[in-house]
Amino acid sequence: MRLAEAWRVALDALRANRLRSGLTMLGMVIGVAAVVILVALGTGTKNEVQAQVEGLGSNLLIVVPGQVSLNAAPAVSRLDQSDLDAVIRVVGSRDRVAVSLTSGESVRAGKESAFTSVLGVLETTPKVFLRDLRTGTYLTRTDVDTGRRVAVLGNSVARVLFGERDPVGQQVTIAGVRFRVIGVFAPLGQSLGVDRDNEVHIPLSTAQRLLATKRVDAFAVKAPDAATIDSLGDDIVAELTRRHPDEQFSAVTQEQILGALGDILGVLTAVLAAIAGISLLVGGVGVSNIMLVSVRERTREIGLRKALGARPRDIGTQFLLEAVLLTTSGGLLGIALGVGVSLGVAALSPVPAALTWWSIALAFGVSCAVGIVFGVAPAQRAGKLDPVVALRTD
Amino acid sequence: MTGPAIEAIGVARTYAMDGVSVAALRGVTLTIEHGEHVAIVGPSGSGKSTLMHLLGGLDQPTSGELRIGGRDVAGLSPAEMAHLRNATIGFVFQAFHLLARTSALDNVALPLVYRGLGAKERRARAAVMLERVGLGHRLDHRPNQMSGGEQQRVAIARALVTEPAVLLADEPTGNLDQATGAAVLELLERLNTAEGVAVVLVTHDREVAARARRQITMRDGVVVSDSAAPGPVIPQQRNSGPGEQPGDDGGEAAR
Repeated sequence: MRLAEAWRVALDALRANRLRSGLTMLGMVIGVAAVVILVALGTGTKNEVQAQVEGLGSNLLIVVPGQVSLNAAPAVSRLDQSDLDAVIRVVGSRDRVAVSLTSGESVRAGKESAFTSVLGVLETTPKVFLRDLRTGTYLTRTDVDTGRRVAVLGNSVARVLFGERDPVGQQVTIAGVRFRVIGVFAPLGQSLGVDRDNEVHIPLSTAQRLLATKRVDAFAVKAPDAATIDSLGDDIVAELTRRHPDEQFSAVTQEQILGALGDILGVLTAVLAAIAGISLLVGGVGVSNIMLVSVRERTREIGLRKALGARPRDIGTQFLLEAVLLTTSGGLLGIALGVGVSLGVAALSPVPAALTWWSIALAFGVSCAVGIVFGVAPAQRAGKLDPVVALRTD
Repeated sequence: MTGPAIEAIGVARTYAMDGVSVAALRGVTLTIEHGEHVAIVGPSGSGKSTLMHLLGGLDQPTSGELRIGGRDVAGLSPAEMAHLRNATIGFVFQAFHLLARTSALDNVALPLVYRGLGAKERRARAAVMLERVGLGHRLDHRPNQMSGGEQQRVAIARALVTEPAVLLADEPTGNLDQATGAAVLELLERLNTAEGVAVVLVTHDREVAARARRQITMRDGVVVSDSAAPGPVIPQQRNSGPGEQPGDDGGEAAR
C-alpha cells in the first residue's frame, strides 16, 4: 500500500470519530502547550534578569564583605570611610567608585508616606551605574562633603508622595529629619518582583549621621575595560583584606552574577519543562488507549482488508499513522495555543515570556515520538490479527 | 495458469481451544478447476467455513497439502499469504463487509490499493466492474444508501476487480430475501460463464446449492459426497481428476 493512501485512510478513520479524536488530541494539545508556555516563561524571566543585570552598566565590579555564594547570608559590614578612601586609591579615580549604605526607612511628605530603601551614596553613582533622572539634578560633591539634607527620589516614591506634582524643591521627612528633594530618577521598572523605583538616594555622610553609624555596606567599581576587571577586583580584595586581616571580601562581576542566576533559572526552566513533559506522557497513554479501542472496534474492517490482500505491515502502518496523525495534529494545535498564550501573557501581564524555537521544535518532535512510541503496540496488535478470527467478529 | 485453481490433498485443520484440540477438518481432498461452479453444503459445524477459509488462503492447514494458484501455502508468511489472496481469490461474504462511509467506487477499488495501483487506475477499473454488475449508476453511493442486493453486488464487483481465479462466496444470499438472492446468484452464474472465474459457494441452502454444477457435501469435517467429476465450461479440461484419490479414513464417497 502506498504511503499517501495510508495517510488518507488514517485521516478518514480519525474524521469518522471526530469527538473521540478531538478528546484524545486534547491531551496532546495541553501537554505541548504547557511545554511551550512554561519554557517561554522560564526563558522570559531569564532574559529579563540578564537585561537588568546588564542594564546596570558595563564592566561593573561589586565589592562586598563576606563570601558571596548563593547559600550564605550576607555578612554585616565593618567597612568605613577609610576603606572607601583606600578603594579609591586602588582604583585611582573617585569617579569610578560608588558606595552604598542602605536602610529601610519610611519617607513622608504631608499626609502621604512610603516605605523605601534609603541609600547613602556618593555623587559618583550615575557615573558608575546607568541611572537617568526624569527631573531635577543628582547629588553633588558638595552635598556629600557637607552632609546636606537633600534627596533624589525613585520614580514610584515620587509618584506615591507627590502624585502628578513636581517633587523638585518640595520637602520630605526621612526618619523624622527633613530633606529637600532635588531630583527624581527615570523609571526602571520591576526586577523579579522588586520595584527598582522604590529608592531614595541621599549623601553618604548625611546617611551616616542619620543612622548614627560610620559604616558603608558595599562598593561598586567601574573598571576601565573588560580586560582589567578581574585584576582590579583582586587588587581591591587584597587591599581590603590587608586592612581587615580577619575578614573576607568578595568582588563579583556582572558575568558571575549572570552565571549564577542563569544556572538557577536554567534549572527552573528545565523543571517546568519536565513537569509539562509528564502531561505529554499522560497524553501519549491516552492515545495508546484510544488506538487499542479503535483496533478492537474495527476488527472486522481489519479482517476484511486482510482478506482483500493487506499485509500485516499495511495494517500496522495504517494504525501507526493514525496514532502519529493524532499526536502531531494535537502537537500543532498545542504549539498554536502555547504561542498564543505566551504572546498574550507577555503583552497583557508584567510576567515576561520569551518564545524559543528549540522548545517549539522539541514539543513537536516529542509529539511525533509519542505517537510512534504509543502507537506501535496497538498497530502491531492490529497487524497480527488473524483474518479468520477478525472476519468472524461482530 | 496451468493446473487446478485450488488443490487440497488430505487437508486437516485442528484448533486448540482451552488446551483441547478440536478437529474442524479431518482430511479433505478436492480440486477446484478453473471456471468451475461448485457449491459446498453441509450443516453448521460440518467444517465448511473452515474449508472455505483454507481454500481462500485466510488460514493454513495443520496437515496435508494445499495449493492455491499452483502455490503450496505451507510455510508462506502472512505477507505472502496476503499477496496470494490478493492475486488469486475474491471473497464475497454473507454480511457484505463493505466499508461504511465509503462510496461503492472506493469499496470496489479497495483490493487494488493493496496491489499498489494508483488512485486513477483503481477507480477506472472499479467503475468498469461496477458497470458489469449493473451498478454503473451508483458509483458514488455509500453502503447505507443502497439495498441489500445492491450492496452484495458491490461486494461481488470488489471480489472480481482483481481478476481472481476463484471467487469464494460464503452464504452470499444469507442476508437477502428470496428474489434478491436469486438475482445475486444469477449474477454469479453469469460471471462464471462470461468471465470464466471459478465460483465456490458455501451454503446450507439446498436450493442454492442445487443451482451449481457440482455439489460437495461436508459433515463432521470430511467430504461425504462430491456430486460429479468436475466439468469446467471453460477449457483446461485435460487434467480433471488425478488429484482426487480418497484421502485417509474420511475421503469422499461418491463421484
